[in-house]
Order: sequence, then C-alpha cells, then structure tokens
Amino acid sequence: MTTLSLLIPVALGLGALGLGAFLWSLTSGQYEDLDGAAVRILHDADDKTP
Amino acid sequence: MSCCATPLISGNARDALSSSRIALLEDLKANSKRLVDGRITYLLSAPAIHCGNCISTIEGEVGKLDGVTDVRANLTMKRLSVTLDGEERSLLPAVTLLENLGYAVQSLTAEESMRGDPEFKSLLRSLAVAGFATANIMLLSIPVWNGADGATKELFHFISALIAIPCVAYGGMPFFRSALGALRRRRVNMDVPISLGVTLATVMSIYESFFGGGHAYFDAAVSLLFFLLIGRVLDQMMRSKARAAASNLARLSAKGGFVVGDTGELTYVALDGISPGMRLRIAAGERFPVDGTICEGMSDVDRALVTGESEPLRVGQGTGVEAGTLNLTGSVDMIATRPANESFLAEVTQMMAAAEKGRSGYVRLADRMARVYAPVVHVLAFTSFTGWMLWTGGDIHTSLTVAVAVLIITCPCALGLAVPVAHVVSAARLFSAGILLKDGSALERLEAIEGVVFDKTGTLTTGEPAVASSNIPAGHLSAIAKALALRSVHPAARALARHISETAESHLQDLHEVPGHGVEAVVDGKRARLGRGSWVAEIAGSSGRGTLNGGVAFGVEGQGLWLSQLSERIRPGAREMLDDLRQRNLPVTILSGDGREQVAMVAKRLGVSDIQSELKPGDKLAFLSDAAEQGRKLLMVGDGLNDAPALAAAHVSMAPASASDIGRTAADFVFTRDSLTTVSYAHRVALATGRIVRQNFGLAIVYNIFAVPLAMAGQLNPLIAAIAMSTSSILVVGNSLRLHLLRPTEARDTPVEAETPTRPVALRPKEIVA
Repeated sequence: MTTLSLLIPVALGLGALGLGAFLWSLTSGQYEDLDGAAVRILHDADDKTP
Repeated sequence: MSCCATPLISGNARDALSSSRIALLEDLKANSKRLVDGRITYLLSAPAIHCGNCISTIEGEVGKLDGVTDVRANLTMKRLSVTLDGEERSLLPAVTLLENLGYAVQSLTAEESMRGDPEFKSLLRSLAVAGFATANIMLLSIPVWNGADGATKELFHFISALIAIPCVAYGGMPFFRSALGALRRRRVNMDVPISLGVTLATVMSIYESFFGGGHAYFDAAVSLLFFLLIGRVLDQMMRSKARAAASNLARLSAKGGFVVGDTGELTYVALDGISPGMRLRIAAGERFPVDGTICEGMSDVDRALVTGESEPLRVGQGTGVEAGTLNLTGSVDMIATRPANESFLAEVTQMMAAAEKGRSGYVRLADRMARVYAPVVHVLAFTSFTGWMLWTGGDIHTSLTVAVAVLIITCPCALGLAVPVAHVVSAARLFSAGILLKDGSALERLEAIEGVVFDKTGTLTTGEPAVASSNIPAGHLSAIAKALALRSVHPAARALARHISETAESHLQDLHEVPGHGVEAVVDGKRARLGRGSWVAEIAGSSGRGTLNGGVAFGVEGQGLWLSQLSERIRPGAREMLDDLRQRNLPVTILSGDGREQVAMVAKRLGVSDIQSELKPGDKLAFLSDAAEQGRKLLMVGDGLNDAPALAAAHVSMAPASASDIGRTAADFVFTRDSLTTVSYAHRVALATGRIVRQNFGLAIVYNIFAVPLAMAGQLNPLIAAIAMSTSSILVVGNSLRLHLLRPTEARDTPVEAETPTRPVALRPKEIVA
C-alpha cells in the first residue's frame, strides 16, 4: 500500500508533466510549420563559418 | 545553390507601381500587426514556397534588406512573415525582391491571416487532455480488471473519478455543445447519443465508486472521448489544410483603380471608394474594377472569365465594360457607371447567395444515420430498463445499471469515426492529385450524382486559343510575324507566337501596338501588320474580307496577306474524362455563355451532343435549380463569374484553380492541375469513399449486434466494454486506410488537343504543389 501511495502520484505527475509540455508546445507555435521543421534541420543557415 | 522556383516573367506589363501592386501593399498594410516595440509584422501568402531551399533563399535574401528585422517562411501554409523596423518603412523592396526570386506574393484576408486555426488548436488541446486521462485511468483500471478489490479498488476508482470528472467536462465540450445545438433545433445528430453515453457512464461510475461498489466505466467514458476526438481533429485538419491551400490561389479581381483628377493627375482609390461618374484609367493588362463605359482610348477586352465568351471584345468610346473583365491591349479611360457594390459582380454574388440557401437542405450521411440510430438505441435502453424492472420485481438499481450499460456500449464510437476517417484519407488522396476538397459532405454529394454539366470556356477548353491552320510561309515572313506577335498580350497573338517555330526577326523598326487593331512595325522600309483582318488589309491590299473574321491576319505592304485560323484549345485529359463518365453512365451537358457556333465546334470535337449556348448567369442557375427541383443531382464544373450562381445551386460543384475568385468560393472542389482527368478521378474517389463508409457502418452495426444483447442481459463488465470499443474503432480506422490503396491518377498532361501540336500554356497561375 505504501508503494502505491508513492507510485500513483509519481505516475500521475509524469502524465501531467507530459500534458503540460504538450500544451506549452502548442501555444508556443511549434505545430505551425511541421513540414518546414522537417527540412530546416538539413540546412546549416546558422553555421557562420567562412 | 540556386533555388528551384523560376523567376517570374518581368517586363512591360509589370509596371513598378501598377494599381495591383499598390492594392497589394495597401492590403498587406491593413492586415499587418504592430508589435509592442513599434516594429510591424506583415503576413504574406507565397504559394511558390515548396522546399527547404526556398526557405533558406527567402530568409537569407530578404533578411539582408534594410529595415527587415525578421523573416520567417512557413512551408506548411506556404506563407511568409516579414517584420520591418517601423511603420513608415515600405514593404515594396521586399515584395519586389521576392518576385525577382520567383515568389509571387499575395495578401491574405483578415480571417486568413489569423495565426493557425483556433478551432483546430482547441480540439488538439481537448485531445491531449482526453489522451492524458485515458492513459492514466487505463493504468488504474487494469489492476481492477485483474481482481484488485476492497480498499485498493475503492482507492483506484476514487482517483479515476478525480481524473475523469474534469477531463470529461473539458474534453467532451465539443460534443456537448454540438448535441445541445442540435436538440435546440429539434434535431438529432450523432453527438446526442455520444454525449448521453459519456455523461451517463461518468455519472453512474461516480455513483458506483462512492456508494455502490459495482462496476466503474471511467475508462470507457474517457477512451470513447479520446477516439472520437481523434476523428474530429483529423476532420478539422483536413478542412484547415484545404482552406489554407485555397487562400493561396491567385486573386483575379481588381481591388481598386487609378482615378483621373481634373488636372489629369492619377490617384489610387480602393474599390469601395469608387463612385459613379469618376473617371478611371485602366492600363493594359489590368482588370476593370467596376462596371463602366469607355470614354477614351481603344482596346480589346477579355471577357472569358466573366461571360464565358471566348473571343476578346473590341472596345472603344461608348462601349460598356463589366467589372472583372481584363483589359488586353491598350490603356483606356472609363467612366464608372455603378459603384462596386452594385456591379455585375455584386449581382452575381447575390444570385449565388440565394442559390446556396437552396442547397443547405442537404443532410449529411452521419446525421441521417443518427436520426435512425439514436431513437433505436434509446428505445433499446428503455426496453432493458422496463424489462429488468419487471423481471426483478422493481429493483431500480439493477435495472438502471443495465440500461446505462446499454447506452454505454451503443455509444457510437465506431460510427463517429466511420465517416471522418474515410473522408480524411480520401481528402489526402485527392490533395496529392491536385484536388482541394472544401468539406467532407461534398464527397457524399459527389457520390450520388446522376449527370455532369460543364461550362465551356476555361473549363473544357483552356482560356487560351491555339492556331488551327496558318498559311504564313515559313522562313523570313514567319520570323516577322512572330516578332509582331510577341509584342502583344492578345490571346490570338500569343497563340500565333507559340505556333511559329522560327526565331523572331530582330530588325524591326517602330514596333508598336495599335489598341483594338493589332501590332504594326516597319521591316526593310515596308510596313508589316498583324491583327484584325480589315486593318491588315488596308496595307496589304484587300483579299476576301468576308473570310477574315475569327482569325488573325498578317500582312506586309505590297507582299500580300496571310491568315491564321484559331480554334479553342481543349484541356488535356478532356476526352479520357468524358469516356470515364460515359462508362459510368453519367450524361454530359455543356452550358456556355459563348456563341452557338463556338460551343458546337468544341462539343463536336468532344462528342457531346447536349449543348446550350448564349446563356446568362441566370439561365445557368435556372437550369440547375430546375434539375434540383426535379430531384436530378448534377455535378457542375465551371470557372467563370457567370458560372458562380450555377456552381452554388448544383448538387455538387468543381472549379479549376484558374477560375474567378467567386467561382472558386462557390465550388466544393478546386482542381489545381491542367488535366481534366481530375474530374473523373474525384468521382471515382467519392464512389470508393462511399463504399468504405458503408462498410464502416456495417462493421459498427455488427459490433452492436454482438455487444447489445450482452449488455441487455446484464453481462457487461468494463473489460468487455473496453475491448469491444477499441476493437471496433481500430477496425473502422483500418478499413478506412484501405482508401490509400486506390490507384492514383496518371498525370496525362501532355496531349494537347488542338488540330496542330502546340506547347502547353506557360502563363497560368502557379500550381499548388501538395
């Protein structure tokens, strides 16, 4: 019973963390350009080496 | 690395500050957003963005401009946001640069420029919440199914209740709202039994957890919501994708015009600022913003998109012109006769709105299903309740539990998924074939059609004519003719320029266009003319003026006169498409605003016998509403302004991407490829979708046939409910995915059906690449 009283909050807490992370990513606009995100990773636009 | 988009043709027609350019900048400004630090963000639509290189080119090049603080390209929506450092800074350099890079930009309406789709986002949030609840409650339910009892079971039920109550309240919102709306209108839709099932399952489980100690169905309630929300999210995703793609199509109506002041100065006035009596100057290559009368100048006017006439009209002083028609060859001044909101365009819009009302009577398949399903389910639950009351001699608790169990198990999870999943898969299939689908019910309507009605100009034929026969001798004379033809944007000249294979003669003096007549130049001291027969005959010595009509004449002073006959170019794939339709026993009719002869010629080449010509927008509308009254379900395919009311009145409608804005708005489907085989392909997909949807309904009903007796007998437990519900949903989804196996269209874009082979038209609005 004691293990349960520890594990259930842990399980719920992790679930809530995941949900929170998803909702945050949704509001911060990360789902607005999924196709773009897929190709951007292949471009080294940030690489400022000559 | 070079970018894959090709630079747009720039040249004489594209003045640095044409009225369309000013309109674009004004529009962009109207929908721009000011940031807190005074910077200003513009949102542009750039349909040509289609790869990673486009992103880096645009962001790299535009970012280098003075005053640009931020550029972000969106590949999914094919949009672009540009942030400038102050309000006074013009966006013009950025727009010009983008066009030189090959990305034509357009403004978005206020509604379109909203970031993302708010409804989609709220659904996604509901889905996330339901997903969280499903996972955690399942986790707690498994020990209970495996025999946990006593205090452990109570604790698990209690925690489940704590999770389920807020999650059902939040995640169920879309269903509750829609069910309430339907009930208020005294209708039943699928959301009524869904809401009832979910609510009752939750309420009964709460009661059992705290007082009874029997079965709890929290997992069933939330997983039901989860599955159904997946369906809703997919449905919404399809619609917002189609909407975004549709908003990227080129706008073809003028948004304002240059007003000529008393002292001759030109001022740009937006469309609603134009009042009757104002004098407007329309440059060649622009569309007339309002109805009016020409008061100065001569030109040819392309009315194909407005009235369906394939041959340009020659206009001069006193000729009336309609809003939306295209001024081809010369700059003219006009006096506005009616304000924008009373123009021909506005009349058509009103006619269209009235026609649309007639169609709103269509009830979607899922709702028709719900009208049968909901009463049956509720009667079954009620019968179980009374049956158990009689059987047990008045044990309300048991009877109520059984009745609620019946409602839970019949809660139409699979039925709720049956239609949206199939439609989403079909929409994706159509999208990759270049067909945009506005909403799912159009697929249902397309499946039921009994005949097809086509417009001619711009639909069965491409907007541009082709040369059918020409007697211009090859060699030097052809080279001169080509040079002359290249000077003009008149469709006949363009057709001739495509037809002649010789390189254009470059030693021409005084090359100029005479609006309303043709093109003239001096070669080796002799005048050469290309254009209207009688005008060319003036210099070349007349020869059989009667035969000069309809074609384009070419003549050189003292050397003679040659004629080229034009014919309309039939869209590629038209014959294959018509063959397909005939195979499916769908009669084809052509309704056209063009003259009888032209329509008959095209109809003969396509083997269509049922034709009507010289129709006004109202006549087309009447044809389709008569058919609707007789219960004939017709598919209307058309592109012009004159087709818009008919498109709205038809049972279901399609328009090419080159159609007038209003035609595209009225149509259920928009196809972005040149080939007409897309029409028969869309029909084929609709037939397949209908088949799959009916199979899905069948699956859902078979599931109920097994599960309902079990529930009525009081033998249902949460484990069986969970397994039965998930299996039926997975079966339905799996079955719908079979639509992906449908054979795609062959892109038969090559055979162009003019009597003589010509190159495909180059100057069309850019295709939307999926």
